Amino acid sequence: MNHERYIRQTILDGFGSEAQRKLSLAKVLVVGAGGLGVPVLTYLNAMGVGTLGIVDNDVVALTNLQRQVLYSENDIGLPKVVVAIEKLEQQNSETTLIGHTTYLSRENVFDILADYDMVVDASDNFPTRYLINDACVILKKPFVYGALHSFEGQVSVFNYKGGPTYRCIFPTMPQADEVPDCNANGVLGIIPGIIGNFQALEVVKMITGVGEVLSGKLLLFDGLSQNSRKIKFPLIPENLNIKELNPSYDFDCSIEESSISSEAFLNLLQTNTIQVIDVRTPKEFKRVHLEGAHNIPLGIIDESIEKIVFDEPIYMICQSGIRSKKAISKLRKIRPNATFINVNGGMNNLNFQSVGK
Amino acid sequence: MEVLLFGIAKDIVGKSEIRFSETDELPGSVGDLKRLLTASYPEFGKLSSLAVAVNSEYATDAVFLTKDDEIAIIPPVSGG
Repeated sequence: MNHERYIRQTILDGFGSEAQRKLSLAKVLVVGAGGLGVPVLTYLNAMGVGTLGIVDNDVVALTNLQRQVLYSENDIGLPKVVVAIEKLEQQNSETTLIGHTTYLSRENVFDILADYDMVVDASDNFPTRYLINDACVILKKPFVYGALHSFEGQVSVFNYKGGPTYRCIFPTMPQADEVPDCNANGVLGIIPGIIGNFQALEVVKMITGVGEVLSGKLLLFDGLSQNSRKIKFPLIPENLNIKELNPSYDFDCSIEESSISSEAFLNLLQTNTIQVIDVRTPKEFKRVHLEGAHNIPLGIIDESIEKIVFDEPIYMICQSGIRSKKAISKLRKIRPNATFINVNGGMNNLNFQSVGK
Repeated sequence: MEVLLFGIAKDIVGKSEIRFSETDELPGSVGDLKRLLTASYPEFGKLSSLAVAVNSEYATDAVFLTKDDEIAIIPPVSGG
């Protein structure tokens, strides 16, 4: 390590050469080399983080250039990972740069994350964000979350030393049409620069131990007013108990419902008032059911729609998760715009000691 | 009572805050506020995860509200 190079930060009281040494030993994976990933990578590389991994499968497009400032006009059409590594090598030849030219998936996530100390979620879609959360919880790695909407951004550090996770604040993955992304909604070029730099700062703090890590707090930044506020949120301990990934993280339009794991559903029951429809027979329902659940057997569900509040999300449950899926596909035909969520595994997967009343 | 709106919530309502005056009937709890919002703006009903903070602390549906509370409606955002 060239000590001269980092002297402007090593002379800082409270940082010093020890913090610099920690940076040089750290291995950080950045998922996404777009609006957020570019500032994260650029600053962590400049500051001397020893190993940086980059996951992305996109090519540079003209519409990226207003915010993804690492890329130039003559990079259009080239893979972002390739271009990013080339430019970052020129910026700092001491960094070990590892490209993963792929999208993160259920299949590759454990292999890719394995060698890194921490992850930066610089992705641009909910399936990847929930996949990163669940994989990091299983692997016990912290991750720095950043996300954008128009002129606003959110930042937090999740799963840090047993702290709260993404699911503690947003328990279930939104459906494809609920919340637009930057491509659909637009983003002011500088906002990802600001949010990405906040993320990079949190990485530096975690690695070096300098300052206070943004764990258990969600930072909300509004570029129009320059207001930032921090929302405190607690750990929901069950969210650390994820043992395996969900069967799917895709927005699957062919299966017309989203689903929730039994763990996430239990958390939600404990913290929120939600509409639960139990589609088992009255006999099964009588034997055991969730407090507050409404019993509408699958056989008569399409004649009983007046009992369902379609303006609210509808959590559908049965014994094993199959009949509830059928109920959703029946109701979907009647009310295509309602939000249906299938409870995976049904009553079989729920622990009645904690919820049975 | 002041309700600050973030992300898609701001887009749904068309402004960044809603103020309840002394004379308005105030929602008694976070759950009531969500129902009130959904009744006025049905698009809220589509959001499956919606975080609410009361005086900068995450709040569940059961949390009671008082007239001096500052509430933030925080939907998930995905952009990157």
